[in-house]
Amino acid sequence: MNTQKKGLRDRLRGLPVVHQLRQSVGLQRAMLVVGLVITGVFILTAIFAPLLAPYGYAQIRDDNGTFGAQQEPNAKHLLGTTVGGFDVLSRVIWGTQTALLVMIVAVVLSIFLGVLLGLVSGYVGGWLDRVLVVIADAVYAFPSLLLAIIAAIAISGGQSSFWGGILAAALSITVVFIPQYLRVIRAETVRIKAEAYVESAKVVGASSARIMFRHVFRNATRSLPLILTLNTSEAVLTLAGLGFLGFGIEPTSAAEWGYDLSKATSDVTSGIWWTAVFPGAAIVLVVLGITLVGESLNDLADPRLRTRRKAGSGPALTAETTSVAGGSLDDLVPLSGLEGKS
Amino acid sequence: MTTTEIAGAPPRATPPLKTRLANNKLLRFIVVRFLLIFPTIFILVSMVFFLMRTIGDPITASQGGRLSAADLAARIEAAGYNRPLLVQYFEYLGQVFSGNFGTTISDNRPVVEVLATYGAATLELVIYALIVAFIVGIPLGMVAAAVRDKWPDAVLRIFAILCYATPVFFAGLLLKLVFSVGLGWLPVAGRASARNELRLSNISDATGIYLLDALRLGSPALIGDVLAHAVLPGVALGLLTAGVFLRLTRTNVIGTLSMDYVDAARSRGVRESRLVTRHALKPALIPIITVIGLQIALLLGGAVLTETTFEWQGLGFQLSRYIAARDFVAIQGIVALLAVIVALTNFIVDVVAALIDPRVRF
Repeated sequence: MNTQKKGLRDRLRGLPVVHQLRQSVGLQRAMLVVGLVITGVFILTAIFAPLLAPYGYAQIRDDNGTFGAQQEPNAKHLLGTTVGGFDVLSRVIWGTQTALLVMIVAVVLSIFLGVLLGLVSGYVGGWLDRVLVVIADAVYAFPSLLLAIIAAIAISGGQSSFWGGILAAALSITVVFIPQYLRVIRAETVRIKAEAYVESAKVVGASSARIMFRHVFRNATRSLPLILTLNTSEAVLTLAGLGFLGFGIEPTSAAEWGYDLSKATSDVTSGIWWTAVFPGAAIVLVVLGITLVGESLNDLADPRLRTRRKAGSGPALTAETTSVAGGSLDDLVPLSGLEGKS
Repeated sequence: MTTTEIAGAPPRATPPLKTRLANNKLLRFIVVRFLLIFPTIFILVSMVFFLMRTIGDPITASQGGRLSAADLAARIEAAGYNRPLLVQYFEYLGQVFSGNFGTTISDNRPVVEVLATYGAATLELVIYALIVAFIVGIPLGMVAAAVRDKWPDAVLRIFAILCYATPVFFAGLLLKLVFSVGLGWLPVAGRASARNELRLSNISDATGIYLLDALRLGSPALIGDVLAHAVLPGVALGLLTAGVFLRLTRTNVIGTLSMDYVDAARSRGVRESRLVTRHALKPALIPIITVIGLQIALLLGGAVLTETTFEWQGLGFQLSRYIAARDFVAIQGIVALLAVIVALTNFIVDVVAALIDPRVRF
């Protein structure tokens, strides 16, 4: 009984984030904890949005008649109402659902495609590798929002229903992210390809596909959690940017913060602050939370940046993840483009 | 190669023969890098073309429902959109190659003319943003590195993350709320007040960069007006990049501070503040030069949002207007044109980086 409990605890400690949480000290731990708390609250809000939101996201009237447009925050509408007569608080809460869905779809899609392309590019090498790298570099160097605009037009003609809008936003973000995954996974694959265990797998007669997905894949994906956190936060920002420019999801299909902000632009000039401040603050908080988690993980993985425990206060622990180029905001640097040649 | 790695000690003087070889390598780097512009532009332009055509022809997309079926067919015929896609593609490539990016559907203007009219405004905004980014990002990054892991460092790092986490349009709205609507210090929108705007647009050989034009006219009131209008958009867009510069400076100064030559200077009795601002800073600035290329791409994307927020009559503002009008030829043209600009700026930045830092070209 006791040993079973101990085994469970050990396994819990080995989990990625839990491990880093135990490893961290001082400020770094504080940043990680704050990030985890914000992210947790965000996810819970998204799951329980139907219970938390006082009204529906497209609701403009209740039994007492319409809400009225641009109402100041009051007892009935804690954060006021928008120019379209929606309840601000409800739309902020429902917006978490839209953001979370877009994040999940975008990240799953871009990991799937990016990792696949990265593995193939790095493992196969040759001209295919060079072509893919040049394409990835070209796409990476381009303003991602503009690319997302084009992708949004291609996918939905610019305006859409709930799932249509979510997919359009997620796919346009995916187009932008694939090069980042491709580059990181490719670099890892090229490194791992030279390892002895890949050689021996070849000698034993394993097929290329088996080597790629069993041996290389398992070892090349250690760095993914770091890029993942950065990309989820970028997904929120891109979604908001698209919404702000009018490529978002229709207000009757779902609540989307970027759309609400675009409608609030003219309110601001006449001093109506509540329609802009709350959806905007929601974006900032979500991105801040996720970025804090990603940053802390990256710092903990990088021995140069890791704050160490004072000597004598427990054994030194090493992180399981490695720090990688592109894994941190500090590394947002394009490849020179000559990479494929060396 | 990660360009963020910390620069080592300054390179030693090299003998003449070696210098000549190095120059050859530099030349080779520049040529190869220059040739790489073409595939980059080709890839982006092709991608934009095919993505835009997945929704069908642009005339139905923008005018469908407004024109009768016969009119629509006639216009599609006239524009040549009924021909095979590949034929249109090669024709488009030829046009782009000769500098023709198409004619907008909604107001029938050549895209290149739109760029010529509004490009200067966007350039002006991006320059203001870069200035803000340098003034805010680099000194704060040095401070953060000097007080590493103490609470001011934590505050600065949170500030840097906030710069990244705040969408430029929200930053713009907040700045407007506080400084224009609340305090009434700065104008809400536009590039100059209406009367001055008229005055500036009437100059015969205007550069389109309002500050330059105002300086030439030499009226202090005019210069003041133009600058007052530039503050909020410049800050809103600049903070985005300021966060990146702050973090880069911090990480790299921390790195160089642990170098042997800095230790040597410290043991000679050089003050800690001087170590940070002089000895450690210079090599730490190289990575900043290399990211400027990427930052300009980011700023162009951000400029679309900033210009929309502040009604800044630039390329981005026009783009969002065409987006609202569903004018896909205009969008395609402006985006393709921006792709060319981004490719060229990246080339220039890479060459500058190679001239400054020898490790880039080897």
